[in-house]
Amino acid sequence: MPTLSADDIARLVEPDRVHRAVYTDPHVFELEIERLFGRAWLLLGHESQVPNPGDFFTTRMAREPVIVARHTDGSVRALVNRCAHRGTTVCDAPSGTTRQFVCPYHGWTYGTDGALAVVPFAEGYDPPAAGRRDLGLARVPRVDAYRGFIFASLADDGPSLLEFLGHLRTSFDDLVDRAPSGQVEVAGGVFKHTYRGNWKLVLENHNDAVHPAFVHASSIWAARESSKPESDGYAEIAVRQMLQNGAPPELWESTGLWAAPYGHSFMGDYHTDSRLVTALDHPVFREYRTALERRVGAEAAARTLGVSRWNSIVYPSCSFMSQFRQLRIVQPLAVDRTLVSAYSFRLVGAPEQMFRDTVAFANVVNGTGSPVLTDDLEVYERAQHGLTTARSDWVYLGRGHGSDLPDEHRTWRGKTGTSEIHIRNQLAAWVRYLTEEP
Amino acid sequence: MSDVDQLLVREAWLLDHQRLDEWLGLFTDDAVYWVPLQMDQAEPFTTASLIYDDRRLLEIRVRQARHPRAHARVPAPRTVHQVTNVQVVADDGRELTVTSSLVMVEYRKEHQRVWGGLVEHRLRRTDAGLRIAAKRVDLVNSESELEGIACLF
Repeated sequence: MPTLSADDIARLVEPDRVHRAVYTDPHVFELEIERLFGRAWLLLGHESQVPNPGDFFTTRMAREPVIVARHTDGSVRALVNRCAHRGTTVCDAPSGTTRQFVCPYHGWTYGTDGALAVVPFAEGYDPPAAGRRDLGLARVPRVDAYRGFIFASLADDGPSLLEFLGHLRTSFDDLVDRAPSGQVEVAGGVFKHTYRGNWKLVLENHNDAVHPAFVHASSIWAARESSKPESDGYAEIAVRQMLQNGAPPELWESTGLWAAPYGHSFMGDYHTDSRLVTALDHPVFREYRTALERRVGAEAAARTLGVSRWNSIVYPSCSFMSQFRQLRIVQPLAVDRTLVSAYSFRLVGAPEQMFRDTVAFANVVNGTGSPVLTDDLEVYERAQHGLTTARSDWVYLGRGHGSDLPDEHRTWRGKTGTSEIHIRNQLAAWVRYLTEEP
Repeated sequence: MSDVDQLLVREAWLLDHQRLDEWLGLFTDDAVYWVPLQMDQAEPFTTASLIYDDRRLLEIRVRQARHPRAHARVPAPRTVHQVTNVQVVADDGRELTVTSSLVMVEYRKEHQRVWGGLVEHRLRRTDAGLRIAAKRVDLVNSESELEGIACLF
């Protein structure tokens, strides 16, 4: 592998453009795995996926297969899913409950903290394997959680999770504070969609306010042509969301768009449909609102529901919709292949209708067969395809360049909601991660 | 060939020849078209689905494909549906429940995928003949990592 110096990396990103190698070069990708995904706090999941001791789920951190388990002492552990003996994964299930992880190959057995518990033929190893601390499952060096969201970092050192999240903490607050019980839980199944394109493409798209009118033109048109503009019945949420994607340009311009340290960003909301936005006081939300007010009071409930955000991006692993109870975990599989896992959250204590809305919303926004999402995926693949040409090396990110403004809480704000500030900000963080030597 | 066989073969033929308006015409006004996300999924309202369309959403899905900038649908995926193992498992006089096996090849833009699914049709006897009141397709790989789905099963 050719060595990429810090200067080589820095030359790939200019203030308003980026070299196509950032999306297409396998050597750059290897460096990302090591220095970006190998260092940053990555979102692994939510504590509701492991409520009791022994509960676990499996995932990946970049290339590392990882088990997230609730240990007997109540703490959440992240363990590398690799037997210390011959390398076999010790846990094959997506999730479950267990007292121990048993390697299928030679029966080495580990506790939910990764410690080696049982070794058949232990005396045959030199020194004997029983009780050896060096033969446990490797631990992911740092694990922490914010409001129930479990993050981990493959690096021994680095900023704390709170420092890393910075002002983006308020987006997690927004999601959790909406629950009348103060708790949210993962529910309703997980979409796992892949596309043949670089992982950055999806994170660049989620706060791109110009794309809906073009990428989603066909679903907007088909929904508008539908017989009943204001639908009832099951189709309602999906049709309304498709119609909202056709919001006028002035509305996209006026949504706020904020960029934060470490590559994060979030966008103000563009929804005006009272059936989709709880703050707009549609009668269907009254029972929910009452339930929330009962716990926190009318003033605090109004303040919580008044937060209007679309996507919040915690770079480089997560994009979520606090108001709409949707969260995506982004995992790079190869320079030109990405996996996005989309989760829904139940607001515990809210009327069941709220969660039914969430599922209908998930189907139209994150569903693998959605008339909306499929067009996003197609465009990522076409971007990846176009970037393979050597006749033109630069990707232009000039929308709003030079007009971004400093704002409170260590953020910068795009002059308009259609700025490409979030992409420039992601790439600035990308350069910082990749140019820092191990 | 029985009415049931004829309808399922006709449905597959219409899908494979992109005659989607005629395909829609096979469904009742209150029809649902469902591709569950999970194996043995009990219902579509509190668990997500790869596709869950009532009649209105199904019409929107079909209409979308006619838009010149339906990026994932122009060109349309080409398919061959192989429908076998047809069984009538229930008949209450008004409606029949029919199960079948589907193996489908999908091709679009240099990529070919093979799908396998267990299908359940609820067919209603109407004055115009048998119509589809519900179609459920349980893909064997519904819970796996999947690229976008713009075809119809």
